[in-house]
Amino acid sequence: MSTQFSRRRFLGSSAAAAGGLVVGFHIPFAGALDAQGATAPEINAWVVVKPDDTVVIRIARSEMGQGTLTGLAQLVAEELDCSWSKVTTEYPTPGQNLARNRVWGNFGTGGSRGIRDSQAYVRKGGAAARMLLVQAAANDWNVPPSECTVSEGVITHQTSGRRTTYGKVAEEAAKLTPPTDVPLKDAKDWKIIGKRMARLDTVDKVTGAQIYGMDLKFPGMLNAAIKDCPVFGGTLKSVNADVALKRKGVKKVVRVGDSAVAVVADTWWHAKSALDALTIEWDEGPNAKASSESFAQILKLGLDANDAVVGNSVGDALASIAAAPRTIEAVYSYPHQNHATMEVMNATARWTPSRCEVWTPTQNGEAALAATSEAAGLPLAKCDVYKQLLGGGFGRRGATDWIRQAVLIAKEMPGTPVKLIWSREEDMTHGRYHPITQCKLTAALDAQNNVTALHMRISGQSILASVSPDSIKNGKDPVVFQGLNPPGPEASIGYAIPNLLVDHAMRNPHIPPGFWRGVNLNQNTIYLECFVDEVAHATAQDPLALRRKLITSSPKHLAVLNAVAERVGWDRPAPKDVYRGLAQTMGFGSYVAACAEVSVTDSGELKIHRIVAATDPGYAVNPQQIEAQVEGSFAYGLSAALYGECTVKDGRIEQQNFDSYPVLRMNEMPAVETIVMPSGGFWGGVGEPTIAVAAPAVLNAIFAATGKRIRDIPLKNQSLKKA
Amino acid sequence: MTTLNVNGKAHNIDIEPDTPLLWVLREQLGLTGTKYGCGVAQCGACTVLIDGVPTRSCVRPVSTVKGGEKIVTIEGLSAQGLHLVQEAWIALDVPQCGFCQSGMIMAAAALLKRTPNPTDKDIDEAMTNICRCGTYNRIRAAIKVVAKGGDAKSAGLSIEHVDGGTT
Repeated sequence: MSTQFSRRRFLGSSAAAAGGLVVGFHIPFAGALDAQGATAPEINAWVVVKPDDTVVIRIARSEMGQGTLTGLAQLVAEELDCSWSKVTTEYPTPGQNLARNRVWGNFGTGGSRGIRDSQAYVRKGGAAARMLLVQAAANDWNVPPSECTVSEGVITHQTSGRRTTYGKVAEEAAKLTPPTDVPLKDAKDWKIIGKRMARLDTVDKVTGAQIYGMDLKFPGMLNAAIKDCPVFGGTLKSVNADVALKRKGVKKVVRVGDSAVAVVADTWWHAKSALDALTIEWDEGPNAKASSESFAQILKLGLDANDAVVGNSVGDALASIAAAPRTIEAVYSYPHQNHATMEVMNATARWTPSRCEVWTPTQNGEAALAATSEAAGLPLAKCDVYKQLLGGGFGRRGATDWIRQAVLIAKEMPGTPVKLIWSREEDMTHGRYHPITQCKLTAALDAQNNVTALHMRISGQSILASVSPDSIKNGKDPVVFQGLNPPGPEASIGYAIPNLLVDHAMRNPHIPPGFWRGVNLNQNTIYLECFVDEVAHATAQDPLALRRKLITSSPKHLAVLNAVAERVGWDRPAPKDVYRGLAQTMGFGSYVAACAEVSVTDSGELKIHRIVAATDPGYAVNPQQIEAQVEGSFAYGLSAALYGECTVKDGRIEQQNFDSYPVLRMNEMPAVETIVMPSGGFWGGVGEPTIAVAAPAVLNAIFAATGKRIRDIPLKNQSLKKA
Repeated sequence: MTTLNVNGKAHNIDIEPDTPLLWVLREQLGLTGTKYGCGVAQCGACTVLIDGVPTRSCVRPVSTVKGGEKIVTIEGLSAQGLHLVQEAWIALDVPQCGFCQSGMIMAAAALLKRTPNPTDKDIDEAMTNICRCGTYNRIRAAIKVVAKGGDAKSAGLSIEHVDGGTT
């Protein structure tokens, strides 16, 4: 099959190109099941066992740094009872999934779902494989399988003492009929799940041997650089390529769809240089006058509009507010932000009239395959996508826009692999941005300062309306209400407020929104947690005490908050000139809380000293990787709080690169103390929820330090100078 | 013809003089461990050592690198086996997506050579590369592990490795 073609060619080319400097190239053909499986028996879709007892575990979800690859392997290995030191992994391709009736389920990797949505069937996959391997040994020995035990891939017949290994019985096991009743271990018996295992994919990342999509090289491969219309919705009017075509190495200048132009050349640097030499005329279309200011106006009107859709309603909040002796009101906002993955968007495509293949870092292999098929003009069965390790995802790589471009370019060069790499500027200005919203919060207080009602009116962008319009029912995007949902297993509000109304006036400016790590939990948690802090201060209550008072019926929300308060020493004074802020939320199936300790100098210089964070993900598959995700969430969430803003002028994103879109660096990264406190009984995600508490914990600490209530991030636009 | 000394080996390359060193390393020499992240010397993913000095190769025209200057990339950081910095990175499971780590490791190796026992301030000043996954704290811890002669247990992460060891 074609993956074999690809692998063979790749091996030849990489060794030659590197001129003997290769340090053990790792084959990235995440796709090629034949890389490891062809000569070894497949016990079932999830497990291949080689004669030397190596266990190859198939991973359907994408690895983008979040550690899912290792966590999923732990889940399978646990039930398989194999030796962890014998485990390797490989990715099936979306094409293979399709050909086998989606035996590996959903490839989509977003919403912190990698572990929690696949844990049940991958554990069953491991358990079923173990049962088959034991059955094969039992058959060989002519004994009932119930008399056999397994430890680390060694099967023992208890009474006779006979022993064999998985590698020796794998071939026979692969021929047996799979069991239908597959019991799973009790959590208390886990030996691999819950352990602080090192990741399986670290070594190549520190030697430079890890191949990312951007690093691929095939014989005869050409490179492409692209410019899409700077205004979303605009089109390409004309291109003068006379100068560019004369430049060294340039092969072709191609129109890509209605709105983009690409240069194909021998090297990417030649392609990029020639792209900059094109004279391009755009038709900027209907959005050419739009700006962040015009968006803000549109959203502001939504705060009082009559077309809002209800997300959560308890009692009669509006009547309670109207009748209350005292109300508190505040308006917050959240800007557009780019994901800014370290690896820019890229894809390598090879198109022929009979087949199209794509190699790309993607969070959604099956959507990538569908996009490939559509752009290639070929049926799904004649296409495939080879997922590469992602140099960051954060939601951006769940889209497929660059894949479509790469295929359209490759179609102009039949038979030739073409690698499309975006420039950072292209990546910064053609993202799928964090949606913008504003929120007006109104609280009603009784004479004893009890919160009797809360109205949260959200106005702004819907991600689903843009990426999945069919899922909008009766004008409602349910994802908009993350963290504010009624009690339940997903993104529920922790506060029991007798009269509550959360509603959304959908306003969709033309900048395309996307799922941005943490998604709508990010801004909703800022809105709610900063506003609760406002209420606490306005009523002279301790912010922790007020939260405890409002969390009456959700012990899990309360437990993470209490854990943080205890660890940080909330009941004791902070160090001199250091101030604290709290935040808690629930989303992506997990409960999280954080306390930030900050200081602000008289001149307004902010220092975030320490953050204590707690996470209850139900089950903690790999606590040291959860700690890494929590730390990373603060880097990402604090980047957003301090700097994250893409502004729009003349219809286009103004920020071009990291000089105008700064992010958190090492010198600003606070110490993070993570409490992983799995309470059991449910499976929550860990990649995203903590992002949402980063900003509000810091904003609340800033208020404690300065008395300044920041309601619009990023902080770079705000002065913290003492008045 | 440009002559470059990369990882101890001389290369004669026919290339336009204004080509950034990064793209010569990646596209002419096939050394893809050095990454393109921004092209404007902001992110440091392209960091290599030139005569021991961490250098952002994405804005360094190849013509300005002298034939006698020694370029070291991640692939050539250690002549044999792993560099102490790489060992510490593995011991603490530093990388997440890993894309920035080549540049981070080159910057850290240069820092530790210059300042074998760096303070937090030294680390802040030397480590200006961008990591979007947020591995900064483990990077800081790994640098300190190297400074302590490779005592990975001192970081207190209790990571269980495939060989059965714990760091």
